[in-house]
Amino acid sequence: MTTFTQALRRVVRRGNRRAEAELPQASVETLAETPAVEITENDPLLAYLQAANGPVDLDTLTLDSTAVRELRDAGVKLVVPLVSSGELIGTLNLGPRRSEQEYSSDDRRLLDNLAGQAAPALRVAQLVREQEAEARERQRMEQELAVAQLIQQHFLPVELPQPAGWSIEAFYRPARAVGGDFYDVLERPDGTIAFTVGDVTDKGVPAAMVMAATRSLLRAAGEELGDPGAVLARVNDLLHGDIPSRMFVTCLYGVLDPRTGALRFANAGHNLPFVRTDDGATELRATGMPLGLMPGMAYDETTAQLARGQVVLLHSDGIAEAHAPDREMFGIPRLGDLVAQPREGRGGVIARVLAELERFTGPGWEQEDDITLVALRWEGYASGTATDTSPDAASAGVLAEFQVPSEAGNEREVMRRVADAAAPAGLAGERLEKLKTAVAETAMNAIEHGNHNDPVIPVDVRVLRRDRDLVVEIRDHGEHPIPITETPDIAAKLRGEQPPRGWGLFLIQSLVDAMHVTPDADGQTVELVMHLEENHD
Amino acid sequence: MTERFAATARRHDGAGVIDISGELDGGAADALQAAYAEATGDTDRVILNFAGLTYMNSTGIALVVELLARARSEKLPVHAFGLSEHYRQIFEITRLADFLSIHADESSAVA
Repeated sequence: MTTFTQALRRVVRRGNRRAEAELPQASVETLAETPAVEITENDPLLAYLQAANGPVDLDTLTLDSTAVRELRDAGVKLVVPLVSSGELIGTLNLGPRRSEQEYSSDDRRLLDNLAGQAAPALRVAQLVREQEAEARERQRMEQELAVAQLIQQHFLPVELPQPAGWSIEAFYRPARAVGGDFYDVLERPDGTIAFTVGDVTDKGVPAAMVMAATRSLLRAAGEELGDPGAVLARVNDLLHGDIPSRMFVTCLYGVLDPRTGALRFANAGHNLPFVRTDDGATELRATGMPLGLMPGMAYDETTAQLARGQVVLLHSDGIAEAHAPDREMFGIPRLGDLVAQPREGRGGVIARVLAELERFTGPGWEQEDDITLVALRWEGYASGTATDTSPDAASAGVLAEFQVPSEAGNEREVMRRVADAAAPAGLAGERLEKLKTAVAETAMNAIEHGNHNDPVIPVDVRVLRRDRDLVVEIRDHGEHPIPITETPDIAAKLRGEQPPRGWGLFLIQSLVDAMHVTPDADGQTVELVMHLEENHD
Repeated sequence: MTERFAATARRHDGAGVIDISGELDGGAADALQAAYAEATGDTDRVILNFAGLTYMNSTGIALVVELLARARSEKLPVHAFGLSEHYRQIFEITRLADFLSIHADESSAVA
């Protein structure tokens, strides 16, 4: 039986082969070690063995087959196909009997029985090996992923500077495969803020390494040089020749003076930042080659003057190139529209972009690329009579403070009581009517969408005078996503393409001078602002 | 319970007039629909009289949008009068004013 077991072991060993197509190839094992015989995929012997009913005598086989010739040359007399679930998974190859007699019909029956029992066991062994190999591969990829994430996270800022009067926020979420996004915001010794957002081509550990190097080079060059154009030119020269030839880095680098709102920046092939202005959102333009492609590049510097209430949003490809289930792309214009929307809470433009992204991509979306967002917002009003908001309790005079249960219709009571408090403060006529309608709408949203008409949950209302503003705060205790304000289109509504409803937020925004939404752990506060000095209309 | 909203239909020459009074919000849906059905038997236009309107919210605006959509599908032009300055502004903000004719009073709406 030595021949059988050795041959069987050999066949089992061949089960290591991963590719299915190779499995039917068999090897010859005779008592004297001989080289394995490969049966190629189109050899007629394969089809013959697949269909054979028991051991096959090579001597009497008339097939025009290279494998048959090679097997004969190797001394094989008998081939026993191993078939499991109708699939040929290997062969037992036997040389001549030691007694030099022919194989008897008993021998053949025995071999056939053996093959019938060995084949399923062999198949199981093959499957186990394949799964083990796959698991090893998966584990290797996960380890690489963990390393890449570790590098990347280590080189992202833990805390962002918060200069007075500014709100600086960042959001970063790696895709599963980890791309090469990075961002950095730091305060320079002269009080200015250096900021950057970048993206390394490629993914995984190589991208993470280049990202780490680029961030460090940018910090070093930024400390020494200061001018954004010079910083990018220096880092470009340092990176070139140091990174693999197919890799490069797109990057936007800027310096902001938080005292004056002066912004200087340069761009190495990265997405343009958006800034929200009084009449929408515009892209701040600056062009330049990505870093690391060719040496000696110059980067033009662009300057922009920001005003109070404006926000600058920097972003990476992961947002604009996200896809909806129908393969529609999120796109730069949609991002611009979101930046243009005037309302903003403490969560601000980033929360709005993420909420819209979630709505757009739908549930179960696998993020395609890293997503990075950095928002620099100068607090204050964007338009009208600019007033510094200094919402400390001492200077804010509370004119009224009350609660109503969350029952449909109670928005009218809120409206009446706010009007009673607002009129003595100097709000009158048409502007008082506007505030009343806005208050009723806001209270209705709080009752319906925030507190879900649960009368046990109150709507909290405060009316206060803050400097030259009348401020109404309406707070609910619901958990709700930040609503996306889509301008209702009456023509589309009349054509039945939009529902007839959906006017609330639009009305509120149109009627008051400013509206802020501030989410907290237990609900959200909507703040409605009317300037008291504007007594026209 | 006193009615917070009422809508009554009448004829003025060939036009169907709907007199609206009280608070136009979600609770007004049925009354407004009934008045529209009654006012538009064999008329060539609809006139909405807002002189008695004391309050209108976004749900009320949605009801006016629905009424406008229905009138358009029936090829009936819609006119309005009696709007306060505040609600006339809201009709403009929402661009409802682009899809119905706003008049100062009933005689010019009918003319």
